Formats: sequence, structure tokens, C-alpha cells
Amino acid sequence: MSIIVFAEEWNNQFKKASFEAVSYAKSWAELAGTTVTAVTSRGAADPAALATYGADRIVTIVLAATPYGIAQQLAAMAEGAAGMVIAGTSIGRSIAPALAALAGGALSTNTTSIPTGTAPVTVVRGAFSSKGIETIELTGGLPMVSFVPNSVGIQERAGAGAVESMDTTGTDLLQVTEKTIASGKVALPEAEVVVSAGRGLKGPENWAMIEELASVLGAATACSKPVSDIGWRPHSEHVGQTGIQVNPNLYIAIGISGAIQHLAGVSASKTIVVVNTDAEAPFFKAADYGIVGDAFEVVPQLVNAMRAFKAGQ
Amino acid sequence: MNLLVCISHVPDTTAKINFDAAGTALDATGVQFVINPYDEFSLTKALHLKEAHGGTITVLNVGGPETEPTLRKALAIGADQAIRINATPTDAITVAKELKNHIAANTYDLILCGQESIDYNGQQVPAMLAALLNLPFVNACVDLVIDGSSATATGEIDGGHATYTGNLPLVVGGKKGLVEEKDLRIPNMRGIMTARSKPLQVLEATEHDAATRAVKFVKPAVKSAVKLVDNVDELVHLLHNEAKAI
Ligand SMILES: Cc1cc2nc3c(=O)[nH]c(=O)nc-3n(C[C@H](O)[C@H](O)[C@H](O)COP(=O)(O)OP(=O)(O)OC[C@H]3O[C@@H](n4cnc5c(N)ncnc54)[C@H](O)[C@@H]3O)c2cc1C
Repeated sequence: MSIIVFAEEWNNQFKKASFEAVSYAKSWAELAGTTVTAVTSRGAADPAALATYGADRIVTIVLAATPYGIAQQLAAMAEGAAGMVIAGTSIGRSIAPALAALAGGALSTNTTSIPTGTAPVTVVRGAFSSKGIETIELTGGLPMVSFVPNSVGIQERAGAGAVESMDTTGTDLLQVTEKTIASGKVALPEAEVVVSAGRGLKGPENWAMIEELASVLGAATACSKPVSDIGWRPHSEHVGQTGIQVNPNLYIAIGISGAIQHLAGVSASKTIVVVNTDAEAPFFKAADYGIVGDAFEVVPQLVNAMRAFKAGQ
Repeated sequence: MNLLVCISHVPDTTAKINFDAAGTALDATGVQFVINPYDEFSLTKALHLKEAHGGTITVLNVGGPETEPTLRKALAIGADQAIRINATPTDAITVAKELKNHIAANTYDLILCGQESIDYNGQQVPAMLAALLNLPFVNACVDLVIDGSSATATGEIDGGHATYTGNLPLVVGGKKGLVEEKDLRIPNMRGIMTARSKPLQVLEATEHDAATRAVKFVKPAVKSAVKLVDNVDELVHLLHNEAKAI
């Protein structure tokens, strides 16, 4: 009756969200008085690393190539489990619902809390694009949680960490022909700091200072919707209600007005900084810190100030 | 091609969201409902595929009679027929099962959903549906090419893209990129007129068991007033010492 958690890796390294997933499972297991079983790809990352965050048993499998194949492999282990945890990464968001359908799960996605109760399992999740906070009971099946990365945090609590391998197969209904991940860039959904810019930047040629600020801060870059619609920046940087939803520790918005649809995707960020020439821009109402000023003056200064700060650390 | 587009009926993106006195459901008073923005990209993709390959576009919604204007709008944009499965969409698995029962009894070449509904933000129904039907699925789909009975689809993954090939039928969760923003169509007068005579069939629901129960909705806490600073050094100082964000 263990809590089963899937630990995703990329390029032979566990994703940060995987450590958070194991931490999540450990918190849940403590409440439920049970153990944590982590499932991960064999021969990739060092499985023992998962014990640091609370994995008591670590099962390595030859991972299927597609989320559906992986969901089948996890479903095969679901019998007798007390619950399942999947990080809400892009892959996890495809695995969890398939797993729930295959294993008869009661699934909460977009979850932002560890269970607040265990009979029935109750969690808190975001709804209405951050305009609502929902408390949900997982009543009708094996409780499963997919949580928002960077929402519950990573915690070190040692688990027994016994590693074993298991044979299990999943059927991939699709062939993966290509997988590209931009190297040297921080992936937006996982970033702890996001530097985002909008139409106030006037044109794509002005993004060098945004990228520079991001690089000084180890941040991912993002943009408002119109900026990606007109092709100044790639669609994959579009954040907001109809783009990527982010919840970094720090979100810096430069030349973005703060339309309701934009705020819907970023308001869960822990600290928000706004730079805008217009003191009446709605974004200031959602911000923690603001500078009323011209991005073309403020951003280069901020780059220098941050660089000096980082050098002094 | 027999194209199916699953349509979710959601509050407009500008809607102020309030909950009923008990805090257990959305208070829909004064809220405008629209086609889920993600579904619009899928619907437009269906129009493009029909234009290229011929075929029929069916739009399908699980919901009460109040969702019919949304289905009519999809017809006005260019879908050929609409189906409403008369059920309250209590949670993702109930919706996915209703959709599955209809789809399994019919023949569709391609099932286009939106990546996510902007009301409950579940991002569950499309992947559940595909799993229940044992059909291939591509989420966050930003490119789709159909060649005879096979498909090549690209989905966004964290920090990049993955491209898949497989056979139809296929389920996708669409978003911007599947078609561009400028390709989205708004209904014109002629579309609205012809939509009135296009078939909108109501089917009775088949299954109802929800797996989850929403017990409470609250609005997020209101942010305290912004702290305006007039130089970057002060900002860096506050971000480090006060917010502990850097
Ligand atoms: C269905 C729907 C869904 C949508 N989804 C999203 C979404 O997911 N994400 C999203 O972002 N938007 C979304 N939008 C669009 C949203 O309504 C706004 O139009 C958009 O966010 C505005 O982008 P912006 O702030 O970059 O541009 P603008 O609104 O044009 O704002 C530019 C800002 O830059 C400031 N500025 C100008 N010059 C400077 C300067 N030199 N220095 C500093 N500041 C300057 C201006 O004061 C202004 O506040 C959606 C809209 C709809 C209808």
C-alpha cells in the first residue's frame, strides 16, 4: 500500500520536478502512514539519488518511448498502491490522465498542495486560470495527483532506497521521430526566475537586453501573447491564460500591460516585478515591486545592478 | 475525412470569476461563455483539413442545453453538424467516458480537442479519452500533417518539441501553432444564418460516475499594494533582502 511516484529524467539526469515529486510522495506517505515507491528509467540517472528525498523502494524499468506507453507501465503497478504522484511536466501531463483512465484513478491535476486530508484524499488545485482555488476530494478510485512544478518544493528526508529492477512493457502507439530541447536555455515551465517582455519593447531587435538580463539571473525568457502572434518571439515563450502557465519564484514583466489573460498565467508567481512607462498599467496592481520607467533605460541598468549583485555573492 | 472536434463551453477570458454563496460552484451570473480558446485552434485546423482533404466536421460537447449557443457558434464558423451529449460535466473522467461511448460507436479519422479547458484547467479529458479508446495521442499539438491514413504530429515538450508518427485515428490536444492566431475565424452573417439550419443532435448520457468531488472554491487573496521603487539598486536590495527572490 505504498505511494507510487514516477521520477522523470532527461539526458541521464533527474528533472528537478522529479525530486519535488518524490518529496510530495514522502509528505503524503507520512500522512497516510506508508512508504514511497519511486519508478524510474533503468540505466539513466543514478536511482539512489531518489532516496535522498524519501524513496524507500526504487523500481527501475525499461521505459516506453511515449507517455501512453509509460502510463500503461505505471498502471500495471497500480494494484495495491495507496496513491500515485506524477509531476505536472509536459510529459507528466500526458501520462497522468492516461494512467487514471487505465487504472481507475481519481485524479487531481494542476495541484498546488500536498494532501490536506487522507480520508478521502483532499488536495488544493488551481482553477479558472488562477482566478479560483479549488479544494477537491479524490473519492472514486485510486487517488492520483499531478502537481504544478515548483509549487510544493523539494525536501530532503532520507528513505531506505532499495533499488530493484522490474520487467514491464507498455505499447507505444506512436513512433517518436524527433525530440529537440534547446540546450543552454532554461526551460520556461521549470524556471525559478522568468524575465518576460511585451509589446512595449517595440520590436524583436530589442530583445538582446532581455536575454542578457535572463542570462545574468539564470532565468528563462517569456513574452506576452501579441509578441508571439506577430512573430517577434517563438510561441513556446507565450505565457498567460492561453499560453504556458508559470509560477516561478520571481517573474519580471517588462513592457507588458498586464491584461487579465496575461495575469491569469503568471499571477501564481511568488514575487512579481513590473517595469512599465505607464503608472496606470494594470500590471502594477498585481505586482510586488514596480518601476515606472522606460524599459530602454531601466533594463540595461538592471542588467548591471544584477551582474554586480551576482558577482558579490 | 471524418473530423471530430470536442468543444468545451467556458467563461470568456475577460470574465470576473465569482462563486456561489456556499463556495461549491461557479456563479455564472453575468458571465459570458465562449468556445474554449484552445478548442478554437483545433476547430480551425479541422476547417483547414476539410478544405485540403474533403470530409465532414462534427463538433461535440458534453453539457446541458446552455452550451448550445457555443455549438451554434462552432457551426457558424464552419462545422457541418453538432452533437450535444446531455450530461452535467462533473469531472474529466465522466466527460471522457461520454465522449468515448459516442466515438466508439462511430467512425472518426481524427479527434481534435483543445489542450486544456480554461475553466477547470484539468488538461485531462483528451489523454483520458485516447487511453479509453486505446488510440494514439499528442498533447500540446502545434503541428499536424495528415498523409492518407497516417499522421505526423508535433507536440510542445518542456523546453522543446517532440514529433511523432502513427496511424489514424489519432487524438490531439491542440493549441496555438496548430494554426496561427491570424487563421482563427469569427462567424460572419452568412455563417450565422446557415448555422441555424445545420443539425444539432442531442444524445442522452450513458455514464455518470465521477471520480472526484469539488468541495470548495475560493478566490485568491488580494495582493497588497505594489512597492514602487525609483532605482534599480533599491530593487535589487529589496528582491534579495525582503522578497528573498534572488
Ligand atoms: C481569448 C484571449 C486570450 C488571451 N490570452 C493571452 C495570454 O495567454 N497571454 C497574454 O499575454 N495575453 C493574452 N491575451 C491578450 C491580452 O488581452 C493582451 O492583449 C496582451 O496581454 C497585451 O500584451 P502586451 O502587454 O505585450 O501589449 P500592450 O497591451 O500593448 O502593452 C504594452 C505595455 O508596454 C508599456 N510600454 C510601452 N513602451 C514602453 C517602454 N519603452 N518601457 C516600458 N514599458 C513600455 C505600455 O505602457 C503598455 O502597458 C488574450 C486575449 C484574448 C482575447
